[in-house]
Amino acid sequence: MLYRESGDFSETYKADSQTFPIKFDRYRYYAVLAFAFLVIPFVINDYWANAVLVPFLIYAIAAIGLNILVGYCGQVSLGTGGFMAVGAYACYKLMTSFPEVSIMIHVVISGGITAAVVTIFGLPSLRIKGFYLAVATLAAQFFLVWLFNRVAWFYNYSASGQINAPDRTVFGHLVTGPNTEAWAKYMICLVFLTVAGILARNMTRGALGRKWSAIRDMDIAAEIIGVNPLTAKLSAFAISGFFIGISGALFFSVYLGAAEVGEVFGIQKSFLVLFMIIIGGLGSIFGSFAGAAFMVLLPVLLKNVLVGGLGWDTALAAHLEFVIVGALIIVFLIAEPHGLAQLWRVAKEKLRLWPFPH
Amino acid sequence: MFDQAESFVTPDGRTIGAVMMEMKNITLRFGGVVAIKDISFDVREGEIRAIIGPNGAGKSSMLNVISGFYHPQEGEVWYKGARRPEMKPFEVARQGIARTFQNIALFEGMSVLDNVMTGRLNHMKTGILSQAIWYGKAEREETENRAVVERVIDFLEIQHIRKTPVSRLPYGLKKRVELARALAADPKLLLLDEPMAGMNVEEKEDMSRFILDVNDEFGTTIVLIEHDMGVVMDLSDRVVVMDYGKKIGDGPPDEVRNNQAVIDAYLGVAHD
Repeated sequence: MLYRESGDFSETYKADSQTFPIKFDRYRYYAVLAFAFLVIPFVINDYWANAVLVPFLIYAIAAIGLNILVGYCGQVSLGTGGFMAVGAYACYKLMTSFPEVSIMIHVVISGGITAAVVTIFGLPSLRIKGFYLAVATLAAQFFLVWLFNRVAWFYNYSASGQINAPDRTVFGHLVTGPNTEAWAKYMICLVFLTVAGILARNMTRGALGRKWSAIRDMDIAAEIIGVNPLTAKLSAFAISGFFIGISGALFFSVYLGAAEVGEVFGIQKSFLVLFMIIIGGLGSIFGSFAGAAFMVLLPVLLKNVLVGGLGWDTALAAHLEFVIVGALIIVFLIAEPHGLAQLWRVAKEKLRLWPFPH
Repeated sequence: MFDQAESFVTPDGRTIGAVMMEMKNITLRFGGVVAIKDISFDVREGEIRAIIGPNGAGKSSMLNVISGFYHPQEGEVWYKGARRPEMKPFEVARQGIARTFQNIALFEGMSVLDNVMTGRLNHMKTGILSQAIWYGKAEREETENRAVVERVIDFLEIQHIRKTPVSRLPYGLKKRVELARALAADPKLLLLDEPMAGMNVEEKEDMSRFILDVNDEFGTTIVLIEHDMGVVMDLSDRVVVMDYGKKIGDGPPDEVRNNQAVIDAYLGVAHD
């Protein structure tokens, strides 16, 4: 009964174009933010941080980035893993070359560098569409992994070919390196995700987002209306790259601490993030969060149920997990092709009328 | 016909302004097929100019030439007293030319409001950074343009479907939303490609009224392609008749109606 539009009038266009026009939604959003910032840091432990929360936060940033490109602008990309690697290696080079500069700045600059690289790989999109573009970005994926493997300058000529994040602090607290506390890892990722989410939402609700969606829905009509396809597509690639680069930088420096490009940023990563946005919902910021949560939580949940609950062999559970996740994705795509975000929308619409169905 | 005088009064008592756009000897070929052959005509400020002709006469190709989608091999397009260089469609749009399509070309994934707001894109200039920050410049611009869009929505009487996804609308309303999107751009010249195709009588009457109102209230010059002769003869000030890529008639509706070449080629005797 709480969830009602009635009595909740927008009196200005400004009020009507805000992110959460319904009061209840707005308060729920504030409550979630408050919980994430004021409660979780005090109760978090290593298991929750490493298995669930930190990967969720980082993947959510990547999913937002990819959703801008695929969901909003309609340009398919299979290069996410490679683009995250660009962010990670940019961050590594910056951290080791300028140790005195704050890691926060390094992460943002890594995003900028990734944006530039992704824009270059986005140039073919001006000529090709759909599957052909997917293949072009797939080439980017393999090329970038090969590049970071082969050119020793990128990993500072280390014997193992790995990159290792040195210890860095923010406001006196360690955020990278093996001795980092769980809450610090969580907080830095949360700050980046919150800012990324707000920026992405602002860009997608205004003129820029409409430009992207126009290109996605009908590029010819968009051009005749006055959208320059060149700037619209390349800006989507750049902004998508910015967020993906930040997530790559955080994934390496805060979450893993050490990375080997082929293992961490391979083609599986591209598909993982793509699954996240497809399951979460294309063209929806909330969908990016939901998809990331789904893909991160599901394996953890299955493991807990199969190994912890039913007492199965770990190896057997690990293999079954692949089967179940795969099957669930297929079921999902058939039952609700518009993803969790659409389920959420339908639920809200139902809730608005509840308890009277008509 | 009419001379190049600054303005004149039509038999209906409507005042038509000076020449706004002039097509000079346009020829358009696709490989060996000649779609438009050496056609010249002008469009005057404030008039409703119809282009008619049987299927495949090259009418839509002509609109596509005007909106920069096709580039003619020969001939010149003059717009507002200057020769227009070869332009991309989005550059043409920025000159104040908007259009609708024969097969509705709305953005199906967006709401009606968002669709009409895309029509304002040429009036929205904030950079990416201020849009990401939103508060301040971007929000102000959004609100200003929203006000303009709401006037158009009001004008075309589509307030009730403002937030509805376009994909859920029936055909007639989609056509109206498409007109709204074109109007939101504040065009000087509006190109309508079969605005009444597939409509019933009532919807046609509505659409005709909207077209006349647009012309009347905003002073928008309109070029339209239409197959319904009754509508064309009622609405338009002057008519160009095309057949097989050639111009076979040009003038006020009454003159065209009595032109023997036009009757032979198009109107025929079967209608009477």
